[in-house]
Amino acid sequence: MAEPLTAHPTVAEADAHAPVAHIEHDTNTGISNTKLAMWLFLASECLLFGGLISTYLLYKNPLEGPSGADLFDIPFTSASSFVLLMSSLTMVLAVSAIERGDHHRMRIWLGSTALLGSTFVAGQIYEFTAFYREGLGFTTSRFSSAFYTLTGFHGVHVTVGIIMLVVLVMLSIRGRLPEHRSETVEVVGLYWHFVDIVWILIFAIVYLIP
Amino acid sequence: MSDSTQLALPSGGGEPTYRPGGVFARPNTTKGWRSWVTTVDHKKIGVMYGATALFFLLVGGIEALLIRVQLWAPRGTLLSADLYNQVFTMHGTTMIFLVVMPIGAAFANYLMPLQIGARDVAFPRINAFSYWIFLTGGIFLNTSWFLGGGADGGWFNYAPNNGVIFSPSNGIDFWNLGLIMTGIGSLTGAVNLITTVLNLRAPGMSLMRMPVFTWMTLVTQFLLLFAIPVLTVAQVLLMMDRLFDANFFNVAKGANPLLWQHLFWIFGHPEVYLMILPAFGLVSEMLPTFSRKPIFGYPFIVFSGVAIGFMGFGVWAHHMFVSGIGPISVTTFALTTMFIAVPTGVKILNWTATMWGGKLQFTSPMLFSIGLVTMFTIGGLSGVTHAVAPADTQQTDTYYIVAHFHYVLFGGAFFGFVGAFYYYWPKVFGYLLNEKIGKGNFWLMLLGFNLTFAPMHVLGLQGMSRRIYTYDQGYGFELWNKVATIGSFVLATSVAIFLFNIFYSKAKAKSLPAVGADPWDSRTIEWMTPSPVPFYNFDPIPTVSRVDDFWYRKYGETKDGQLVRIAATDDVVQKRTDGKGIHLPSPSYWPLVVAIGLPIVGYGLLYTLWLALIGGLITVGGLFGWALEPPDDPDAGHDDDHAPDDHSASGGEVAPADVSEEADDEVAADKEVETVG
Ligand code: HEM
Ligand SMILES: [Cu+2]
Repeated sequence: MAEPLTAHPTVAEADAHAPVAHIEHDTNTGISNTKLAMWLFLASECLLFGGLISTYLLYKNPLEGPSGADLFDIPFTSASSFVLLMSSLTMVLAVSAIERGDHHRMRIWLGSTALLGSTFVAGQIYEFTAFYREGLGFTTSRFSSAFYTLTGFHGVHVTVGIIMLVVLVMLSIRGRLPEHRSETVEVVGLYWHFVDIVWILIFAIVYLIP
Repeated sequence: MSDSTQLALPSGGGEPTYRPGGVFARPNTTKGWRSWVTTVDHKKIGVMYGATALFFLLVGGIEALLIRVQLWAPRGTLLSADLYNQVFTMHGTTMIFLVVMPIGAAFANYLMPLQIGARDVAFPRINAFSYWIFLTGGIFLNTSWFLGGGADGGWFNYAPNNGVIFSPSNGIDFWNLGLIMTGIGSLTGAVNLITTVLNLRAPGMSLMRMPVFTWMTLVTQFLLLFAIPVLTVAQVLLMMDRLFDANFFNVAKGANPLLWQHLFWIFGHPEVYLMILPAFGLVSEMLPTFSRKPIFGYPFIVFSGVAIGFMGFGVWAHHMFVSGIGPISVTTFALTTMFIAVPTGVKILNWTATMWGGKLQFTSPMLFSIGLVTMFTIGGLSGVTHAVAPADTQQTDTYYIVAHFHYVLFGGAFFGFVGAFYYYWPKVFGYLLNEKIGKGNFWLMLLGFNLTFAPMHVLGLQGMSRRIYTYDQGYGFELWNKVATIGSFVLATSVAIFLFNIFYSKAKAKSLPAVGADPWDSRTIEWMTPSPVPFYNFDPIPTVSRVDDFWYRKYGETKDGQLVRIAATDDVVQKRTDGKGIHLPSPSYWPLVVAIGLPIVGYGLLYTLWLALIGGLITVGGLFGWALEPPDDPDAGHDDDHAPDDHSASGGEVAPADVSEEADDEVAADKEVETVG
């Protein structure tokens, strides 16, 4: 029998060529499982909001009932959008605080982020009631259905984010958010920034483009 | 605490241990129904996906037979027109969402971690949740039969037929909510499985060394990740219309029903690829094994799969040639559709070339694989005729289409799955399915399948339209409908034979010698594990150095390319160990609790909001329980989140002592999996 030329390399040889993945912490990509999962989830959220935004664009001309131009209070919504934008800043500060190991500051910044987010949601609720009084019910026109569904979906996302922030603060207070879990804060931060960016898009498309 | 105190072996041997602590005491059992209900082991979850899908196959199969009996002769009276609508809609929905997709998920769950040399998926508890929500969503969908009737607008439920005016029963609401639930499961599953493939590969398992099935799983899960949210949007809009009087599909308020078609098919076309790609992956494992040759053109077969994935999103409007989208759109989509035939054709060529000149072994998995290649080719060719828009305007909504997609989905996907059941059965259950019965199974299925669906090409070209509940004498439809109905019973018999084979072989297996790790002389590393696979998968985790790594541990090549045996199989497969020191996440009730809450919310939305509140409380409570429960049994001395350096007692900052779960952190075996989830 001829001598086989491609016998299986030894483990040591193979190791020399291949990046060794120690399964626990060094993943093959170098990105942790939770962070990668959040990126993937957000990628799929893009399609969700993409579908809702396209629907809105298709229906933004109401045919009956009040239109966006009749109702929108641009200065008010600009202010609440600004509040939401600022919350991204406080979120960044929270992440950098925990990276420095400063639990106290982190709680303060997380709390501020949640507060700013809540202000935004409160603004949205106020806006919705105002529009409703001016005759824009959910069932009034194709525009109203599309508008409330799109912005409402976004509001729900912000609310979920606020709940996550509150849970983080609670965990931290109970001592369950040690340094090595600081990545949890970062991952929640990714979600938060995503929701903010989506709002910038929605704000531009819904409110600013006539 | 030391390694020897670890007692949570999720699916291994050992006595069940219960710790006191109320209804939701941490489950720790390895036997009986409880071990299934609480399992987070990817292998058990894979088996549950498969078993559930086979159950739904019976449901969808009975619906198919009802359709065929109704169409046996002109003016059939078995089903009323209304009931017929429900039966074919639920048949299509069941077969797609509760049979073919879950069988794909079954193999992805069971096999993919083994193929990449991982101990489990990245998020074992999320994995359990994905399964449970698929089950509860599927049951929810089917309870519509008892609560006023199933959905009746066809599996794609076109607007405005799907509105309350044309479909006043709750059927479509069940369809919406049920599929949103199973969609959540698909989405969480996709996130989980993609993370697993990208992050948890064994040393040396680079992307271009992964088995083809793992590649196809990766592509499939990306398709799900991007396609499911679009379906969800469509269904949420429809739900708003039906339950809260919104105007998304209300033509009276200026809505455009084409919105539904666009959203549905942006999801729906990738959907057909995500049904077929797992089967493509599986035949790409079986054909090389039984041809005794490596897959021909591995990079081509991988890249054509990726290309199909990308292009799948660019062809949706070929389902809309007759909807008036305009000549430019029609031309564009006709062209893109013809292009997508190219990577599909590449795959067929690769498989043929793999068999070419090989030493073919016609085992039952091989027969089913060849069945897939040939039947799918027929389905693919009739598919290309749909890409020709003028031809399609004649064929669409006739039985020609019905023939086409059954050749693709049944002749393609399902044949591949049945073959893979035969192939992987010994790995999963430790005994082989009977080969003689298997071959009979194959020939009968091939015969029944062609008898059922080949005549539908003719019926379609004769003008028999799809979804009519009956037809009149004198159009020449009688003969071919009779043939198809006879075929459908032959097909049903073949499925029965498959089920019989399972029980027969199990009974016989006791008197046969145990099946080894590698009964087929296969190529990829999942066959290195003992059969059935122990709870810890691999001990030790293998290091991979090339495609078909396992094969090249057994065989080498001489200078002139001759294969020679270099090691006995017994010497290269793994021996069963006690798995001591290998630590896996502990079982949990919470994924099930969360998944039970959601259908209750669904009933609440349809009947009384109080129920929705209760369901919501169960789900939210379940989420809290989940979040507070460490993924790993604290008593077993493990937690998900060590500091990177606290593998030694001296490492890292130890968490505050008042939290006992955290304090147990110091211990760690080397062989842990990431167990978040
Ligand atoms: C994996 C297996 C199968 C899949 C994925 C599948 C899928 C589908 C789908 C998507 C539809 C369209 C439903 C609609 O128009 O809304 C359908 C219809 C139908 N299927 Fe199946 N099916 C499978 C197996 C079978 C079998 C075994 C039979 C026959 C015994 C069968 C017979 C039919 C018939 C007669 C229709 C009705 C066509 C019409 O009236 O438009 N199918 N199937
Ligand atoms: Cu298509």
